[in-house]
Amino acid sequence: MTAHPLGLSATAAAGPLTQPLEPFGGTAPRTAAGAAVRVEYNDRVVRQFALMTVVWGIVGMLVGVIIAAQLLFPALNFDIPWLTYSRLRPLHTNAVIFAFGGSAIFATSYYIVQRTCHARLFGGALAEFTFWGWQLVILLAAVSLPLGYTAGKEYAELEWPIDILIAVVWVAYGVVFMGTLAKRQVEHIYVANWFFAAFIITVAVLHIVNSAALPVTLTKSYSAYSGVVDAMVQWWYGHNAVGFFLTAAFLGMMYYFVPKQAGRPIYSYRLSIVHFWSLISIYMWAGPHHLHYTTLPDWVQSIGMAFSLMLLAPSWGGMINGIMTLSGAWHKLRTDPILKFLIVSLSFYGMSTFEGPMMSIKTVNALSHYTDWTIGHVHSGALGWVAMVSVGSLYILVPRLYGQTQMWSTRLIDWHFWTTTIGIVLYVASMWIAGVMQGLMWRATNADGTLTYTFIEALNATYPYYAVRLVGGTLVLGGMFLMAYNVAKTLGQGRATPAFAPAAATH
Amino acid sequence: MSEASLGLLRGLTTVLAMLAFIAVVVWAWSRRQRGRFDAAAQLPLEEDNLAGPSVPHSRGSDRLPPRPES
Repeated sequence: MTAHPLGLSATAAAGPLTQPLEPFGGTAPRTAAGAAVRVEYNDRVVRQFALMTVVWGIVGMLVGVIIAAQLLFPALNFDIPWLTYSRLRPLHTNAVIFAFGGSAIFATSYYIVQRTCHARLFGGALAEFTFWGWQLVILLAAVSLPLGYTAGKEYAELEWPIDILIAVVWVAYGVVFMGTLAKRQVEHIYVANWFFAAFIITVAVLHIVNSAALPVTLTKSYSAYSGVVDAMVQWWYGHNAVGFFLTAAFLGMMYYFVPKQAGRPIYSYRLSIVHFWSLISIYMWAGPHHLHYTTLPDWVQSIGMAFSLMLLAPSWGGMINGIMTLSGAWHKLRTDPILKFLIVSLSFYGMSTFEGPMMSIKTVNALSHYTDWTIGHVHSGALGWVAMVSVGSLYILVPRLYGQTQMWSTRLIDWHFWTTTIGIVLYVASMWIAGVMQGLMWRATNADGTLTYTFIEALNATYPYYAVRLVGGTLVLGGMFLMAYNVAKTLGQGRATPAFAPAAATH
Repeated sequence: MSEASLGLLRGLTTVLAMLAFIAVVVWAWSRRQRGRFDAAAQLPLEEDNLAGPSVPHSRGSDRLPPRPES
């Protein structure tokens, strides 16, 4: 610890800033008098995204609860076209993935990159532009999807004008993030930033390639691809949306906030490097498992399956690395509900990354595909892993952004943890049972080769599980309201406090 | 491309991917990188400097300076 009170002599002699910030390799920023310059972090944009994460979490999960109720009581669409399941379902997925998850990623990546680079966000107002641009995208999605405008591609439903706006905002995000990395005052790029950087680059490529379309009017376009090529491009995009948007970015979050909350460095920094390179190189090829038993060439399906199976190794490597960070400090789990959120999220990550490769095996997929098993799998990942790691990270982030050491109520965090955990378990378990049952009923044949069950019989048998799923989803949504209340109270007793890079450069 | 050279290409790709993986592992576990990685692993444990550079920053402390009363 070579930190010395530079500032005592420096404050008296502090002149105007004469040298711009230099990238690493140059010297640390200094005034003419040679005193260190205060590097104030841009936390305004972090606060904006953090608060909108809570808002969009509630909106997205509320729409999810509504469509879960519609599957149980179809009359709940009130015969209004805007409220039909077909239009609200993409609204739900877009809201939870891109509005809730996206805002959480923006908030945490902007926070983490500044702290681990000892540098203010690059690009000045460009960061502010990414906030308002992203909110505009969400607003346009919330209007256009219920109105029925859709490009018809799953998780890429938005029409071409919105796609262009997304591309512009995303490039701005990349410039802000990479620019901050470039002007860092720390020698090494911390592993969390590697995950964020890979995620930003990949999502830009995926979005631009998959959204390539020929516009015919302002609200209607046709995909640039056709037939099975279109399907392959779509699921190359779709699976990497899971692999990079919903995995790599949240692993970046995990690699910063798990060590932070545990108060100890990551279990193995070396393992995190192998984790990073193997995860990003393997994920890219797993997409074809979404197209088993279609007209996609059989060898492409086999490649998709093989790469999906390989994914188990880096996924579990990352999970073990996160969980083992608590090694020697397991007692903290008993008293700290934020750590519970983070560690349970890693457990769900491990479960769903075991389940995913298993479901990619063709013979298993023959049973699971098109059933509610897939829905259960997705929510074990999206609620268990993505939402829980985001919520845990926000509970660390929010008090710090408002000059506090902890949230207004730790007890309420504990309540949130249990409602969410019980809700997710109810959701996932009911969809597992429903899915396997549907798969078995659909494939059952009589001795003469005719189908044993009609489709409606399988649907009838699913009703009780839809009810359990609705209860589980409602519990998760209820937990989000507890969080909103806790956040509001924390804001009420704190105030936005400026934060600066550490006084002495680490290197 | 003939069937034989296609097979050769596939084989070489597999070997190259394997070598790339081994190279990453060897690099990550090499003794030379140890110090850098240990330093990097400490980065999340730093606390923000809430009062500017005049206050020496303490690493790993959970305590923030008291907020001024309004």
